Amino acid sequence: MAELNEANTGAGAILSRDMRLIWRHRSDIVNPVIFYLIGITMLPLAIGTSKQLLGTVAPGMLWIMAMLATLLSLDALFRTDFEDGSLAQFQLSSQPLYLIVLYKVLAYWLSTGLPLTLMAPMLGLMLSLPADGYWALLLTLLPGTAILTLVGALGAALTVCLRSGGLVMTLIIMPLYLPVLIIGSSAVSSAVAGFGFDRELALLIAGLAIALIVMPPAIAGALKISTNQ
Amino acid sequence: MLLAWQWFHRLGSPRWFYDKSSRWLIWLMPLTLALLATGLVWGLAFAPIDAKQGDSYRIIFIHMPAAVVALAGYYVMAVAGAVGLIWRMKLPFMVMKSAAPIGAVLTALTLITGSLWGHPTWGTFWEWDARNIFMLILLFLYLGIILLGSIYPSRDAGDKACALLALVGTVNVPIIYKSVDWWYSLHQPASIKFTGESSIHASMLYPLLICVVAYYCVFSLALILYTRHEILVREARTQWVKDLSQLPGKNQGGAHAKL
Repeated sequence: MAELNEANTGAGAILSRDMRLIWRHRSDIVNPVIFYLIGITMLPLAIGTSKQLLGTVAPGMLWIMAMLATLLSLDALFRTDFEDGSLAQFQLSSQPLYLIVLYKVLAYWLSTGLPLTLMAPMLGLMLSLPADGYWALLLTLLPGTAILTLVGALGAALTVCLRSGGLVMTLIIMPLYLPVLIIGSSAVSSAVAGFGFDRELALLIAGLAIALIVMPPAIAGALKISTNQ
Repeated sequence: MLLAWQWFHRLGSPRWFYDKSSRWLIWLMPLTLALLATGLVWGLAFAPIDAKQGDSYRIIFIHMPAAVVALAGYYVMAVAGAVGLIWRMKLPFMVMKSAAPIGAVLTALTLITGSLWGHPTWGTFWEWDARNIFMLILLFLYLGIILLGSIYPSRDAGDKACALLALVGTVNVPIIYKSVDWWYSLHQPASIKFTGESSIHASMLYPLLICVVAYYCVFSLALILYTRHEILVREARTQWVKDLSQLPGKNQGGAHAKL
Protein backbone atom coordinates (compact mmCIF):
# COMPACT_ATOMS: atom_id res chain seq x y z
CA MET A 1 0.00 0.00 0.00
CA ALA A 2 2.77 2.35 0.94
CA GLU A 3 4.52 1.54 -2.33
CA LEU A 4 1.41 2.32 -4.30
CA ASN A 5 1.07 5.65 -2.53
CA GLU A 6 4.66 6.43 -3.29
CA ALA A 7 4.13 5.55 -6.94
CA ASN A 8 1.11 7.81 -7.07
CA THR A 9 2.88 10.80 -5.52
CA GLY A 10 5.81 10.28 -7.86
CA ALA A 11 3.59 10.14 -10.91
CA GLY A 12 1.56 13.03 -9.49
CA ALA A 13 4.77 15.01 -9.50
CA ILE A 14 4.99 14.24 -13.22
CA LEU A 15 1.50 15.62 -13.69
CA SER A 16 2.26 18.87 -11.88
CA ARG A 17 5.60 19.17 -13.74
CA ASP A 18 3.92 18.67 -17.09
CA MET A 19 1.12 21.08 -16.28
CA ARG A 20 3.68 23.68 -15.23
CA LEU A 21 5.67 23.11 -18.44
CA ILE A 22 2.53 23.45 -20.51
CA TRP A 23 1.57 26.61 -18.65
CA ARG A 24 4.95 28.12 -19.42
CA HIS A 25 4.52 27.29 -23.12
CA ARG A 26 0.98 28.60 -23.23
CA SER A 27 1.00 28.85 -26.99
CA ASP A 28 1.00 25.03 -27.12
CA ILE A 29 -2.47 25.02 -25.56
CA VAL A 30 -3.74 27.78 -27.78
CA ASN A 31 -2.46 26.35 -31.07
CA PRO A 32 -4.79 23.33 -31.41
CA VAL A 33 -7.74 25.47 -30.36
CA ILE A 34 -6.90 28.09 -32.98
CA PHE A 35 -6.44 25.33 -35.54
CA TYR A 36 -9.91 24.05 -34.68
CA LEU A 37 -11.36 27.55 -35.04
CA ILE A 38 -9.68 28.26 -38.38
CA GLY A 39 -10.51 24.83 -39.78
CA ILE A 40 -14.18 25.21 -38.96
CA THR A 41 -14.18 28.78 -40.32
CA MET A 42 -12.91 27.52 -43.67
CA LEU A 43 -15.78 25.09 -44.06
CA PRO A 44 -18.71 27.43 -44.85
CA LEU A 45 -16.45 29.44 -47.13
CA ALA A 46 -15.69 26.27 -49.09
CA ILE A 47 -19.09 24.57 -49.25
CA GLY A 48 -21.52 27.48 -48.91
CA THR A 49 -23.41 29.12 -46.07
CA SER A 50 -26.79 27.46 -46.45
CA LYS A 51 -27.92 26.79 -42.88
CA GLN A 52 -29.52 23.51 -43.78
CA LEU A 53 -26.41 22.17 -45.50
CA LEU A 54 -24.13 23.33 -42.68
CA GLY A 55 -26.42 21.81 -40.06
CA THR A 56 -26.23 18.47 -41.87
CA VAL A 57 -22.45 18.33 -42.12
CA ALA A 58 -21.78 19.99 -38.75
CA PRO A 59 -21.64 16.83 -36.56
CA GLY A 60 -19.13 15.12 -38.83
CA MET A 61 -17.02 18.21 -39.45
CA LEU A 62 -16.84 19.15 -35.77
CA TRP A 63 -15.61 15.63 -35.01
CA ILE A 64 -13.12 15.41 -37.87
CA MET A 65 -11.57 18.77 -37.06
CA ALA A 66 -11.39 17.86 -33.35
CA MET A 67 -9.56 14.67 -34.35
CA LEU A 68 -7.09 16.57 -36.53
CA ALA A 69 -6.52 19.19 -33.85
CA THR A 70 -5.76 16.46 -31.32
CA LEU A 71 -3.31 14.79 -33.70
CA LEU A 72 -1.67 18.06 -34.67
CA SER A 73 0.42 18.58 -31.56
CA LEU A 74 0.55 15.01 -30.20
CA ASP A 75 3.81 14.58 -32.05
CA ALA A 76 5.46 16.78 -29.39
CA LEU A 77 4.12 14.75 -26.45
CA PHE A 78 7.35 12.82 -25.82
CA ARG A 79 9.72 14.67 -28.16
CA THR A 80 11.03 17.32 -25.77
CA ASP A 81 11.44 14.75 -23.00
CA PHE A 82 13.29 12.54 -25.44
CA GLU A 83 15.60 15.30 -26.59
CA ASP A 84 16.56 16.64 -23.15
CA GLY A 85 16.99 13.16 -21.67
CA SER A 86 14.07 13.28 -19.24
CA LEU A 87 12.61 10.23 -20.92
CA ALA A 88 15.71 8.18 -20.09
CA GLN A 89 15.38 9.35 -16.48
CA PHE A 90 11.71 8.31 -16.41
CA GLN A 91 12.72 4.84 -17.56
CA LEU A 92 15.43 4.59 -14.93
CA SER A 93 13.23 5.84 -12.11
CA SER A 94 11.58 3.50 -9.65
CA GLN A 95 8.13 4.58 -10.81
CA PRO A 96 6.42 2.24 -13.25
CA LEU A 97 6.70 3.77 -16.71
CA TYR A 98 3.05 3.14 -17.62
CA LEU A 99 1.92 5.28 -14.69
CA ILE A 100 4.19 8.13 -15.75
CA VAL A 101 2.87 7.78 -19.28
CA LEU A 102 -0.70 7.85 -18.04
CA TYR A 103 -0.12 11.09 -16.17
CA LYS A 104 1.65 12.65 -19.14
CA VAL A 105 -1.28 11.74 -21.37
CA LEU A 106 -3.66 13.14 -18.76
CA ALA A 107 -1.74 16.42 -18.69
CA TYR A 108 -1.84 16.55 -22.47
CA TRP A 109 -5.57 15.88 -22.55
CA LEU A 110 -6.23 18.57 -19.92
CA SER A 111 -4.39 21.06 -22.10
CA THR A 112 -5.74 19.96 -25.52
CA GLY A 113 -8.75 17.64 -25.46
CA LEU A 114 -10.56 19.56 -22.75
CA PRO A 115 -10.21 23.04 -24.35
CA LEU A 116 -11.21 21.58 -27.71
CA THR A 117 -14.29 20.02 -26.16
CA LEU A 118 -15.30 23.23 -24.40
CA MET A 119 -14.76 25.14 -27.63
CA ALA A 120 -16.87 22.78 -29.76
CA PRO A 121 -20.36 24.10 -28.85
CA MET A 122 -19.36 27.60 -29.91
CA LEU A 123 -18.13 26.27 -33.24
CA GLY A 124 -21.37 24.30 -33.49
CA LEU A 125 -23.17 27.62 -33.23
CA MET A 126 -21.13 28.94 -36.16
CA LEU A 127 -22.11 25.90 -38.22
CA SER A 128 -25.76 26.31 -37.15
CA LEU A 129 -25.86 22.92 -35.47
CA PRO A 130 -29.49 22.22 -34.46
CA ALA A 131 -30.22 22.80 -30.76
CA ASP A 132 -30.50 19.13 -29.78
CA GLY A 133 -26.91 18.43 -30.79
CA TYR A 134 -24.99 20.54 -28.27
CA TRP A 135 -25.13 18.29 -25.24
CA ALA A 136 -24.37 15.29 -27.41
CA LEU A 137 -21.37 17.08 -28.89
CA LEU A 138 -20.02 18.15 -25.53
CA LEU A 139 -20.59 14.86 -23.74
CA THR A 140 -19.24 12.62 -26.51
CA LEU A 141 -16.18 14.75 -27.22
CA LEU A 142 -15.18 14.46 -23.57
CA PRO A 143 -14.44 10.68 -23.58
CA GLY A 144 -13.83 10.77 -27.33
CA THR A 145 -10.86 13.14 -27.23
CA ALA A 146 -9.48 11.16 -24.28
CA ILE A 147 -9.50 7.97 -26.39
CA LEU A 148 -7.98 9.83 -29.33
CA THR A 149 -5.20 11.12 -27.08
CA LEU A 150 -4.50 7.69 -25.57
CA VAL A 151 -4.34 5.96 -28.96
CA GLY A 152 -2.42 8.80 -30.56
CA ALA A 153 0.15 8.73 -27.76
CA LEU A 154 1.13 5.25 -28.97
CA GLY A 155 1.96 6.73 -32.36
CA ALA A 156 3.90 9.54 -30.69
CA ALA A 157 5.86 7.00 -28.64
CA LEU A 158 6.64 4.82 -31.67
CA THR A 159 7.87 7.74 -33.75
CA VAL A 160 9.67 9.75 -31.06
CA CYS A 161 13.08 8.76 -32.45
CA LEU A 162 12.27 9.58 -36.07
CA ARG A 163 13.16 12.87 -37.70
CA SER A 164 9.97 13.15 -39.74
CA GLY A 165 7.91 11.50 -37.03
CA GLY A 166 4.88 13.77 -37.19
CA LEU A 167 3.54 12.72 -40.55
CA VAL A 168 4.36 9.03 -40.02
CA MET A 169 2.52 9.15 -36.70
CA THR A 170 -0.54 10.66 -38.35
CA LEU A 171 -0.56 8.00 -41.07
CA ILE A 172 -0.23 5.00 -38.75
CA ILE A 173 -2.71 6.29 -36.17
CA MET A 174 -5.56 7.69 -38.25
CA PRO A 175 -6.99 4.30 -39.35
CA LEU A 176 -7.23 3.35 -35.67
CA TYR A 177 -9.36 6.45 -35.01
CA LEU A 178 -12.16 5.31 -37.27
CA PRO A 179 -14.45 3.69 -34.62
CA VAL A 180 -14.33 6.77 -32.36
CA LEU A 181 -15.12 9.02 -35.29
CA ILE A 182 -18.04 6.88 -36.45
CA ILE A 183 -19.57 6.53 -33.00
CA GLY A 184 -18.96 10.15 -31.97
CA SER A 185 -20.35 11.81 -35.06
CA SER A 186 -23.32 9.47 -35.27
CA ALA A 187 -24.11 10.30 -31.62
CA VAL A 188 -24.42 13.96 -32.53
CA SER A 189 -26.38 13.18 -35.69
CA SER A 190 -28.83 10.94 -33.87
CA ALA A 191 -29.27 13.52 -31.09
CA VAL A 192 -30.08 16.10 -33.77
CA ALA A 193 -32.57 13.69 -35.32
CA GLY A 194 -34.23 13.34 -31.92
CA PHE A 195 -33.22 9.77 -31.09
CA GLY A 196 -30.99 10.49 -28.11
CA PHE A 197 -27.38 9.40 -27.80
CA ASP A 198 -27.24 7.16 -24.69
CA ARG A 199 -26.05 4.15 -26.62
CA GLU A 200 -23.20 5.97 -28.35
CA LEU A 201 -22.11 7.67 -25.14
CA ALA A 202 -22.05 4.30 -23.34
CA LEU A 203 -19.96 2.83 -26.18
CA LEU A 204 -17.47 5.69 -26.01
CA ILE A 205 -17.11 5.41 -22.24
CA ALA A 206 -16.61 1.65 -22.58
CA GLY A 207 -13.99 2.36 -25.23
CA LEU A 208 -12.28 4.80 -22.88
CA ALA A 209 -12.22 2.16 -20.14
CA ILE A 210 -10.57 -0.34 -22.50
CA ALA A 211 -8.10 2.26 -23.78
CA LEU A 212 -7.18 3.25 -20.21
CA ILE A 213 -6.26 -0.37 -19.47
CA VAL A 214 -4.60 -1.33 -22.75
CA MET A 215 -2.86 1.81 -23.93
CA PRO A 216 -0.55 2.91 -21.06
CA PRO A 217 1.42 -0.38 -21.00
CA ALA A 218 1.52 -0.38 -24.81
CA ILE A 219 2.79 3.21 -24.87
CA ALA A 220 5.40 2.40 -22.21
CA GLY A 221 6.52 -0.61 -24.29
CA ALA A 222 6.69 1.55 -27.39
CA LEU A 223 8.84 4.12 -25.58
CA LYS A 224 11.24 1.39 -24.47
CA ILE A 225 11.48 0.09 -28.04
CA SER A 226 11.96 3.43 -29.74
CA THR A 227 14.45 4.89 -27.29
CA ASN A 228 16.68 1.87 -26.61
CA GLN A 229 18.30 1.45 -29.99
CA MET B 1 8.61 -31.26 -21.45
CA LEU B 2 12.03 -30.35 -22.69
CA LEU B 3 11.47 -32.35 -25.85
CA ALA B 4 8.08 -30.79 -26.45
CA TRP B 5 9.60 -27.33 -26.63
CA GLN B 6 12.57 -28.30 -28.72
CA TRP B 7 10.74 -27.90 -32.03
CA PHE B 8 9.63 -24.46 -30.95
CA HIS B 9 13.14 -23.24 -30.29
CA ARG B 10 14.41 -24.82 -33.47
CA LEU B 11 11.67 -22.94 -35.30
CA GLY B 12 13.27 -19.77 -34.00
CA SER B 13 16.48 -20.49 -35.86
CA PRO B 14 16.60 -18.93 -39.34
CA ARG B 15 19.07 -21.50 -40.58
CA TRP B 16 16.87 -24.44 -39.55
CA PHE B 17 13.88 -22.79 -41.20
CA TYR B 18 15.83 -22.14 -44.37
CA ASP B 19 16.93 -25.77 -44.65
CA LYS B 20 13.51 -27.18 -43.82
CA SER B 21 11.53 -24.80 -45.99
CA SER B 22 13.48 -25.75 -49.11
CA ARG B 23 12.05 -29.24 -48.60
CA TRP B 24 8.52 -27.87 -48.00
CA LEU B 25 8.71 -25.87 -51.19
CA ILE B 26 9.23 -28.99 -53.28
CA TRP B 27 5.68 -30.17 -52.60
CA LEU B 28 4.01 -26.87 -51.69
CA MET B 29 4.75 -25.28 -55.03
CA PRO B 30 3.16 -27.94 -57.27
CA LEU B 31 0.25 -28.29 -54.84
CA THR B 32 -0.44 -24.56 -54.97
CA LEU B 33 -0.28 -24.46 -58.74
CA ALA B 34 -2.55 -27.49 -59.08
CA LEU B 35 -5.15 -26.12 -56.63
CA LEU B 36 -5.09 -22.68 -58.18
CA ALA B 37 -5.43 -24.07 -61.69
CA THR B 38 -8.26 -26.41 -60.69
CA GLY B 39 -10.20 -23.80 -58.75
CA LEU B 40 -9.83 -21.02 -61.28
CA VAL B 41 -10.48 -23.12 -64.39
CA TRP B 42 -13.49 -24.77 -62.75
CA GLY B 43 -14.82 -21.47 -61.48
CA LEU B 44 -14.10 -19.32 -64.50
CA ALA B 45 -14.93 -21.80 -67.25
CA PHE B 46 -17.12 -24.64 -66.02
CA ALA B 47 -19.26 -23.38 -63.13
CA PRO B 48 -22.81 -22.52 -64.26
CA ILE B 49 -23.74 -18.95 -65.19
CA ASP B 50 -25.47 -16.88 -62.51
CA ALA B 51 -29.12 -16.22 -63.35
CA LYS B 52 -29.03 -12.52 -62.41
CA GLN B 53 -25.44 -11.41 -62.88
CA GLY B 54 -24.43 -13.46 -65.89
CA ASP B 55 -20.75 -14.15 -66.30
CA SER B 56 -19.62 -11.15 -64.26
CA TYR B 57 -20.23 -13.03 -61.01
CA ARG B 58 -17.25 -15.25 -61.84
CA ILE B 59 -14.93 -12.61 -60.42
CA ILE B 60 -16.00 -13.94 -57.02
CA PHE B 61 -13.53 -16.79 -57.50
CA ILE B 62 -10.70 -14.27 -57.47
CA HIS B 63 -12.28 -11.67 -55.18
CA MET B 64 -13.69 -13.53 -52.21
CA PRO B 65 -10.70 -15.82 -51.41
CA ALA B 66 -8.40 -12.79 -51.58
CA ALA B 67 -10.56 -11.00 -49.01
CA VAL B 68 -10.56 -13.99 -46.66
CA VAL B 69 -6.81 -14.51 -46.84
CA ALA B 70 -6.05 -10.77 -46.60
CA LEU B 71 -7.79 -10.64 -43.23
CA ALA B 72 -6.19 -13.89 -42.07
CA GLY B 73 -2.83 -12.48 -43.16
CA TYR B 74 -3.17 -9.61 -40.71
CA TYR B 75 -3.57 -12.06 -37.85
CA VAL B 76 -0.65 -14.17 -39.09
CA MET B 77 1.44 -11.00 -39.08
CA ALA B 78 0.30 -9.93 -35.62
CA VAL B 79 0.77 -13.40 -34.08
CA ALA B 80 4.26 -13.65 -35.59
CA GLY B 81 5.06 -10.23 -34.14
CA ALA B 82 3.72 -11.24 -30.72
CA VAL B 83 5.81 -14.44 -30.71
CA GLY B 84 8.86 -12.40 -31.64
CA LEU B 85 8.21 -9.87 -28.87
CA ILE B 86 7.52 -12.45 -26.18
CA TRP B 87 10.23 -15.03 -26.88
CA ARG B 88 12.70 -12.56 -28.42
CA MET B 89 13.27 -14.70 -31.49
CA LYS B 90 14.60 -13.52 -34.82
CA LEU B 91 12.62 -15.66 -37.22
CA PRO B 92 9.07 -14.55 -36.25
CA PHE B 93 10.00 -10.94 -36.97
CA MET B 94 11.16 -11.94 -40.42
CA VAL B 95 7.84 -13.75 -40.97
CA MET B 96 5.96 -10.68 -39.74
CA LYS B 97 7.87 -8.38 -42.04
CA SER B 98 7.26 -10.70 -44.99
CA ALA B 99 3.54 -11.07 -44.27
CA ALA B 100 2.86 -7.31 -44.45
CA PRO B 101 3.45 -6.71 -48.20
CA ILE B 102 1.71 -9.97 -49.17
CA GLY B 103 -1.33 -9.04 -47.12
CA ALA B 104 -1.32 -5.52 -48.54
CA VAL B 105 -1.24 -6.87 -52.10
CA LEU B 106 -4.10 -9.28 -51.38
CA THR B 107 -6.13 -6.44 -49.83
CA ALA B 108 -5.47 -4.27 -52.87
CA LEU B 109 -6.46 -7.18 -55.13
CA THR B 110 -9.71 -7.52 -53.19
CA LEU B 111 -10.47 -3.82 -53.59
CA ILE B 112 -9.62 -3.77 -57.30
CA THR B 113 -11.55 -6.91 -58.23
CA GLY B 114 -14.38 -5.71 -56.00
CA SER B 115 -14.69 -2.43 -57.86
CA LEU B 116 -14.45 -4.20 -61.24
CA TRP B 117 -17.27 -6.47 -60.09
CA GLY B 118 -19.22 -3.59 -58.66
CA HIS B 119 -19.37 -1.75 -61.96
CA PRO B 120 -21.61 -4.22 -63.85
CA THR B 121 -23.60 -5.36 -60.78
CA TRP B 122 -24.02 -2.27 -58.63
CA GLY B 123 -23.51 0.23 -61.44
CA THR B 124 -20.62 1.95 -59.67
CA PHE B 125 -16.92 1.34 -59.12
CA TRP B 126 -17.00 2.41 -55.50
CA GLU B 127 -19.84 2.06 -53.05
CA TRP B 128 -19.69 2.99 -49.37
CA ASP B 129 -20.55 -0.52 -48.39
CA ALA B 130 -19.43 -1.80 -44.98
CA ARG B 131 -17.14 -4.42 -46.47
CA ASN B 132 -15.61 -1.97 -48.95
CA ILE B 133 -14.71 0.45 -46.19
CA PHE B 134 -13.38 -2.28 -43.95
CA MET B 135 -11.04 -3.60 -46.66
CA LEU B 136 -9.82 -0.07 -47.37
CA ILE B 137 -9.05 0.49 -43.69
CA LEU B 138 -7.30 -2.87 -43.58
CA LEU B 139 -5.14 -1.67 -46.47
CA PHE B 140 -4.29 1.48 -44.50
CA LEU B 141 -3.34 -0.65 -41.50
CA TYR B 142 -1.03 -2.80 -43.64
CA LEU B 143 0.54 0.27 -45.26
CA GLY B 144 1.07 1.83 -41.82
CA ILE B 145 3.03 -1.23 -40.69
CA ILE B 146 5.11 -1.30 -43.88
CA LEU B 147 5.78 2.43 -43.56
CA LEU B 148 6.83 2.20 -39.92
CA GLY B 149 9.12 -0.76 -40.62
CA SER B 150 10.79 0.98 -43.54
CA ILE B 151 11.43 4.29 -41.79
CA TYR B 152 12.99 3.03 -38.56
CA PRO B 153 16.74 3.60 -38.40
CA SER B 154 17.49 0.36 -36.54
CA ARG B 155 16.06 -2.90 -37.83
CA ASP B 156 15.65 -4.55 -34.43
CA ALA B 157 13.74 -1.62 -32.98
CA GLY B 158 11.74 -1.32 -36.20
CA ASP B 159 10.68 -4.97 -35.94
CA LYS B 160 9.52 -4.55 -32.37
CA ALA B 161 7.72 -1.29 -33.16
CA CYS B 162 5.88 -2.95 -36.06
CA ALA B 163 4.95 -5.92 -33.87
CA LEU B 164 3.51 -3.60 -31.21
CA LEU B 165 1.55 -1.62 -33.76
CA ALA B 166 0.24 -4.83 -35.33
CA LEU B 167 -0.88 -6.07 -31.90
CA VAL B 168 -2.74 -2.87 -31.09
CA GLY B 169 -4.22 -3.07 -34.59
CA THR B 170 -5.41 -6.61 -33.84
CA VAL B 171 -7.38 -5.37 -30.87
CA ASN B 172 -8.80 -2.66 -33.08
CA VAL B 173 -9.66 -4.73 -36.17
CA PRO B 174 -12.84 -6.31 -34.72
CA ILE B 175 -13.86 -2.95 -33.28
CA ILE B 176 -13.37 -1.28 -36.66
CA TYR B 177 -15.29 -4.07 -38.37
CA LYS B 178 -18.17 -3.79 -35.91
CA SER B 179 -18.33 0.00 -36.03
CA VAL B 180 -18.26 0.12 -39.83
CA ASP B 181 -20.99 -2.49 -39.94
CA TRP B 182 -23.04 -0.49 -37.46
CA TRP B 183 -22.47 2.73 -39.39
CA TYR B 184 -23.62 0.99 -42.56
CA SER B 185 -26.81 -0.31 -40.98
CA LEU B 186 -27.58 3.19 -39.67
CA HIS B 187 -27.25 4.70 -43.11
CA GLN B 188 -29.32 2.04 -44.88
CA PRO B 189 -28.67 2.74 -48.53
CA ALA B 190 -31.90 1.69 -50.16
CA SER B 191 -31.34 0.55 -53.70
CA ILE B 192 -28.21 -1.54 -53.48
CA LYS B 193 -28.12 -5.01 -52.10
CA PHE B 194 -25.56 -7.71 -52.30
CA THR B 195 -27.10 -10.64 -54.15
CA GLY B 196 -27.45 -13.57 -51.78
CA GLU B 197 -24.04 -14.96 -51.13
CA SER B 198 -25.24 -17.39 -48.50
CA SER B 199 -27.60 -19.11 -50.91
CA ILE B 200 -24.83 -20.09 -53.25
CA HIS B 201 -25.39 -23.27 -55.22
CA ALA B 202 -23.11 -26.26 -54.66
CA SER B 203 -21.86 -26.17 -58.25
CA MET B 204 -20.45 -22.71 -57.52
CA LEU B 205 -19.52 -23.41 -53.89
CA TYR B 206 -17.05 -26.24 -54.55
CA PRO B 207 -14.80 -24.32 -56.95
CA LEU B 208 -15.01 -21.37 -54.53
CA LEU B 209 -13.82 -23.52 -51.63
CA ILE B 210 -10.97 -24.86 -53.75
CA CYS B 211 -10.03 -21.28 -54.59
CA VAL B 212 -9.99 -20.35 -50.90
CA VAL B 213 -7.66 -23.24 -50.10
CA ALA B 214 -5.53 -22.35 -53.12
CA TYR B 215 -5.23 -18.75 -51.95
CA TYR B 216 -4.14 -19.93 -48.50
CA CYS B 217 -1.48 -22.01 -50.26
CA VAL B 218 -0.41 -19.01 -52.34
CA PHE B 219 -0.14 -16.96 -49.17
CA SER B 220 1.96 -19.63 -47.44
CA LEU B 221 4.15 -20.05 -50.49
CA ALA B 222 4.73 -16.32 -50.84
CA LEU B 223 5.32 -16.03 -47.10
CA ILE B 224 7.96 -18.78 -47.16
CA LEU B 225 9.72 -17.32 -50.20
CA TYR B 226 9.71 -13.79 -48.76
CA THR B 227 10.92 -15.06 -45.39
CA ARG B 228 13.74 -17.00 -47.05
CA HIS B 229 14.73 -13.84 -48.86
CA GLU B 230 14.60 -11.87 -45.62
CA ILE B 231 16.72 -14.53 -43.89
CA LEU B 232 19.39 -14.34 -46.60
CA VAL B 233 19.45 -10.54 -46.43
CA ARG B 234 19.67 -10.38 -42.66
CA GLU B 235 22.04 -13.26 -42.15
CA ALA B 236 24.25 -12.32 -45.09
CA ARG B 237 27.28 -12.03 -42.83
CA THR B 238 26.97 -15.43 -41.20
CA GLN B 239 29.11 -18.31 -42.31
CA TRP B 240 26.27 -20.60 -43.40
CA VAL B 241 24.86 -18.06 -45.83
CA LYS B 242 28.33 -17.45 -47.26
CA ASP B 243 28.79 -21.20 -47.72
CA LEU B 244 25.43 -21.28 -49.46
CA SER B 245 26.47 -18.73 -52.05
CA GLN B 246 29.81 -20.40 -52.73
CA LEU B 247 28.48 -23.89 -53.27
CA PRO B 248 25.16 -23.46 -55.05
CA GLY B 249 24.90 -27.09 -56.21
CA LYS B 250 25.68 -28.77 -52.92
CA ASN B 251 22.65 -27.81 -50.86
CA GLN B 252 19.26 -29.30 -51.49
CA GLY B 253 19.27 -27.53 -54.83
CA GLY B 254 16.26 -26.46 -56.82
CA ALA B 255 14.57 -24.16 -54.41
CA HIS B 256 17.61 -21.95 -53.82
CA ALA B 257 17.92 -21.06 -57.45
CA LYS B 258 14.52 -19.42 -57.37
CA LEU B 259 15.72 -16.78 -54.95
